[in-house]
Amino acid sequence: MAYSEKVLDHFKHPKNVGTLDKSKSNVGTGLVGAPECGDVMRLQIEVDEESQIIKDAKFKTFGCGSAIASSSLATEWLKGKSIDEALAIDNMDIVEELALPPVKIHCSVLAEDAIKSAIIDYKQKNGVQVEAESHSH
Amino acid sequence: MSVRQIYLDNNSTTPVDPRVVDTMVPYFHEIPGNAASRTHPFGWKAEEAVDYGREQIANLIGVDSKEIIFTSGATESDNLALKGAFEMYSRKGDHIITLQTEHKAVLDSCKKIEKLGGKVTYLEVERNGIVDLNKLREAITDKTILISIMWANNETGVIQPMKEIGEICAEKGILFMSDATQAVGKIPVNPKEVGIHLMAFTSHKMYGPKGVGALFVNRKNPRVKVTSQMDGGGHERGMRSGTLNVPGIVGFGKAAELCGQDMVKDTQRLSALRDKLENNLMTNLEEVYINGSVDHRMPHVTNLSFKHVEGEGLMMTFNNIAVSSGSACTSASLEPSYVLMALGLGDDLAHSSIRFSLGRFNTEEDIDLAADSLLKGVNHMRDLSPIWEMYKEGIDLESVVWSEH
Ligand SMILES: Cc1ncc(COP(=O)(O)O)c(C=O)c1O
Ligand code: FES
Repeated sequence: MAYSEKVLDHFKHPKNVGTLDKSKSNVGTGLVGAPECGDVMRLQIEVDEESQIIKDAKFKTFGCGSAIASSSLATEWLKGKSIDEALAIDNMDIVEELALPPVKIHCSVLAEDAIKSAIIDYKQKNGVQVEAESHSH
Repeated sequence: MSVRQIYLDNNSTTPVDPRVVDTMVPYFHEIPGNAASRTHPFGWKAEEAVDYGREQIANLIGVDSKEIIFTSGATESDNLALKGAFEMYSRKGDHIITLQTEHKAVLDSCKKIEKLGGKVTYLEVERNGIVDLNKLREAITDKTILISIMWANNETGVIQPMKEIGEICAEKGILFMSDATQAVGKIPVNPKEVGIHLMAFTSHKMYGPKGVGALFVNRKNPRVKVTSQMDGGGHERGMRSGTLNVPGIVGFGKAAELCGQDMVKDTQRLSALRDKLENNLMTNLEEVYINGSVDHRMPHVTNLSFKHVEGEGLMMTFNNIAVSSGSACTSASLEPSYVLMALGLGDDLAHSSIRFSLGRFNTEEDIDLAADSLLKGVNHMRDLSPIWEMYKEGIDLESVVWSEH
């Protein structure tokens, strides 16, 4: 299978790889997937407490090139967005941007799940009530 | 492709040896005959060429040339052997025993046989990929007509105890069929010595052309027959109709001759290179595991799992090395390799596996370059891997509640 240029670029030069301090109250962490499924994504956001804007995002991903590219792209998109804007990111936006083939759509779903789960974690830490919302696939 | 490409996927298919290509060329145009045409010199020449190829192949495996049936490849040979024997011997019994780690050509033929009313036992293998002979004995019933066990596995290179299995079959009067696709031409294979009655193999795994294979069918003590699965002009002693692929057979024959000539030399060289690659990776990286038996495996194959690194992603880190992975992400079905799963590897290690299969045209430089790329690739992937980070922090991954999907 041939990968799109954008996937290759994110894969070779992933943006925002790393770890944020998850003990901080303004850091939300999402850990989705499972080693048995061959994909685990950890995505973290750091929210500016005053403006409620995501000021930093980091990821680490165990998975195929498309999963790594999806999470790299997601962290890029997250920076500078408000929580609500971040919640609006849809996996199909990632599919389109990276030109993922159908067999790799679930890699983008995982990225969307990781964003949502990082936001839920952030909200819970900060006493905001959230309904557990997550894709099932 | 400006980058030097290194082909380490010889278990998938081998490059055709240039010496093989040379022998094939005249049979496309200059000598156009159909080996079945008995009335003119074109046909006679083609027939002579086929006979000679058959001889060369028979010599490599120590059998009579009349015992070689030409097919289109090992897939067809497996189908013919299994379905053909089931049809031919169904009055004697309806039970077949095989392994969970067999090639799909065997497993899916067995599935078809089950649909036709047969019974099939798919035996598990031990952790090292080898069949437990006691379990094999226990699986035999008075209805068992055939045991089908591959000589060497395509993914792990693990070699089964052929002689012992042959003895069990002889003792119980059961037909012994083997898919020897990965072994023929690479290590000494003689079906008669180990009591095999039906044996499938193919040209394109031994430096010959694609689209031609063979089925060895034992002719004496016992005289074995299989019901044809391809009906027509009654070629190949009535077991496989269809105009013979003359250039293909010429090439297959030459390839067999060369494998016989070069076997000792190739084996020594390739096993040294394989060991070098393996040692390099295992000493310079943590948490690398060899999948399958180390003592009973093909000299040119190693199947390694790089813990907490996903195989497809790892392969993407290099653009100059052709290998294959048992990772689910490489398969359309999103299931990891069933062969590795049958060895009892956890899904995580199956996802992390890479198969290196060396061949006649690999050089030491290839191996060193490949090792370099692998070291870089694994480190890159581990830097990106959250579970490697967790493992390094001493977190027990078993204790984490994962959001399975
Ligand atoms: C063990 C085994 N059996 C059968 C086959 C099928 O061979 P062919 O491609 O000649 O049909 C292969 C190769 O893919 C193989 O490795
Ligand atoms: S993580 Fe398996 S296909 Fe993307």
